[in-house]
Amino acid sequence: MGILVDKNTKVLVQGITGREGSFHTKLMLEYGTRIVAGVTPGKGGTNVHGVPVYDTVKEAIKESRGIDASIIFVPARFAPDAIYEAIDNGIKLIVVITEGIPVHEELKFVKYAREHSTIIIGPNTPGIMTVGETKLGIMPAHVFKKGRIGLVSRSGTLTYEIARELGKKNYGVSTVLGLGGDPVTGLNFIDVYNYFMDDPHTDAVVIIGEIGGDAEERFAKHYASLRNKKPVVAYIAGKTAPPGKRMGHAGAIISMGMGDYASKRKALEEAGIPVADKPSEIPLLLDKVL
Amino acid sequence: MKLYEYEAKSIASKYGIPVPRGYLASSPGEVADACKKLGEVAMKSQILVGRRGLAGGIKFAKTPNEAYEVAKQLLGSIIRGEKVEKLLVEEKICIEKEYYLSITIDRAEKRIIYLVSKMGGVEIEELVKQHPEALLKIPVDPLLGYRPYMSRIAAKFLEIPKGHWKELHNIMNAMYKIMIDYDADLVEFNPLAWKCGGGLIALDAKITIDDNSLFKHPEFLEKAHRELSELEKLAKSIGFSYVELDGDIGIICNGAGLTMATMDLVAYYGGKPANFLDIGGGASKERVRKAVKILLEHPRVKVLLINIFGGITRCDEVAKGIIEALEETQSKKPIIIRLLGTNEEEGRRILESRGLQVFTEADDAVKKAVEITKSINNS
Repeated sequence: MGILVDKNTKVLVQGITGREGSFHTKLMLEYGTRIVAGVTPGKGGTNVHGVPVYDTVKEAIKESRGIDASIIFVPARFAPDAIYEAIDNGIKLIVVITEGIPVHEELKFVKYAREHSTIIIGPNTPGIMTVGETKLGIMPAHVFKKGRIGLVSRSGTLTYEIARELGKKNYGVSTVLGLGGDPVTGLNFIDVYNYFMDDPHTDAVVIIGEIGGDAEERFAKHYASLRNKKPVVAYIAGKTAPPGKRMGHAGAIISMGMGDYASKRKALEEAGIPVADKPSEIPLLLDKVL
Repeated sequence: MKLYEYEAKSIASKYGIPVPRGYLASSPGEVADACKKLGEVAMKSQILVGRRGLAGGIKFAKTPNEAYEVAKQLLGSIIRGEKVEKLLVEEKICIEKEYYLSITIDRAEKRIIYLVSKMGGVEIEELVKQHPEALLKIPVDPLLGYRPYMSRIAAKFLEIPKGHWKELHNIMNAMYKIMIDYDADLVEFNPLAWKCGGGLIALDAKITIDDNSLFKHPEFLEKAHRELSELEKLAKSIGFSYVELDGDIGIICNGAGLTMATMDLVAYYGGKPANFLDIGGGASKERVRKAVKILLEHPRVKVLLINIFGGITRCDEVAKGIIEALEETQSKKPIIIRLLGTNEEEGRRILESRGLQVFTEADDAVKKAVEITKSINNS
């Protein structure tokens, strides 16, 4: 169980013949991900680690008798085209690993996806993994113990760090999902929390936010308004980040007076969500809420 | 990437948005010449930091002589840390009202949005906090774009007389076109002024271009580094993100989130981070060597803290890079290292064979780094 993906999810890899695409196809297969096809235009007929490669998504779907999700490793300039191809062929879950996609392109395909009831994870995400079942992403699988905590994050390596801290105190993870480091992403904290709410195998949710935007504040407001809820614990990175500077992620910038640490922490705490001062404190806060 | 006011205004003007007549000047002589042509003038420092008016970056003059004297003071001065190299000399405009008008990206709703207010000329941040009702938001579907009815909503809100609605339509239409043509994530006129006797004019203009789209705009791509410090430029050319801070503990990590969390942890234990340096995913020993070298040679850095969580980044590559940088610089600065993940054992072996201590827990490493820095500062 877990959310959105499980061991039965049939997966397509777009951009499978590239360096990243082929490397992570191998790791995902080793984890047990059911990768049924790959697409790279012009490379149809070949295979990557035993996965058949097609020129178009259409052929991939026909030959593998249906695909549930696609993971995209296509370079930024060509990624929007790959995403539209997946949406137009009826794929309902798309994980966009690609970094550096122009924001106006993101606005368009995120809107287009929503109109076609397609879920987009990312762009610029480490992906999604239902621990012990399947991985559509690039995260180092071994740091995640299987368990009952839902993990949703705006960052990559920090998520691995926190998963390790959880594991040290015997907290495992049901599903880990990276929202992506860009200003515009397909999913937000509210969406993912709602998925975890419906998952009987998740007891509590850890949200890992960072400075920039107001996704954490919005989540806090939403959470405060709920009657039935699962416990949530948060960590926010970037307390010491200066305003106006892009801290690595395009989304991690305090601008237009929005997105500073204090405002996020205040909003979360007012909504009854404890905020950890440092990653190693998260399991201690979980001890209290569970 | 932020554009200078004169660049933003030249784009605005090209798209038919009314702006004051003006000349770009880099010497007092040029300023005086501009004043001869324009009469009474405003001299505006061309810098990228905000709130330059409050910091004395905008001055007025009635005569060329006066303009010459003021320009002599202004040019070369430092405003909010930025050197004034150019002035935009503009005709002084008689205005009755100042509005705020911008088009930007609404991250949460994943759409484009116009922001409109009668309270222009002030800082929009403060306005939103104190008078949220004074700000009108007009959403724009990214698949549909600007529609003229949006300008009528804005015109009614601003109480612009009917005879001038068309002007606002032209401006808002042009703003949308600029946003799309230049891949801007912000086009802002603050203030958009109502002139004495009627009519709209953009007194100030700000455009920022989406960094991920710069490859489509070679004319700006080559200037993209100008808002960075020398070190930030160097870091960017090597391929990692770097932001200068004002503390004394140098920080190297992989991943933006982990880097910020490490900075915060340093502050938590009572230290001060000197920088944000994210070597990115899968860094080679070469990239690590350069990153370590930059911070070892940084005059403000007293202790270097390296926190790596290896996924696609290999700890042995990181270790080799650190050793090479140490040999190259012969630096005696203390280095605190925390390594975890892919090829951790090999990385640890390499570092420990050179007498470097390697931590497993981030907390322990950061505490140690802060402790050493304090003892250096106290001695």
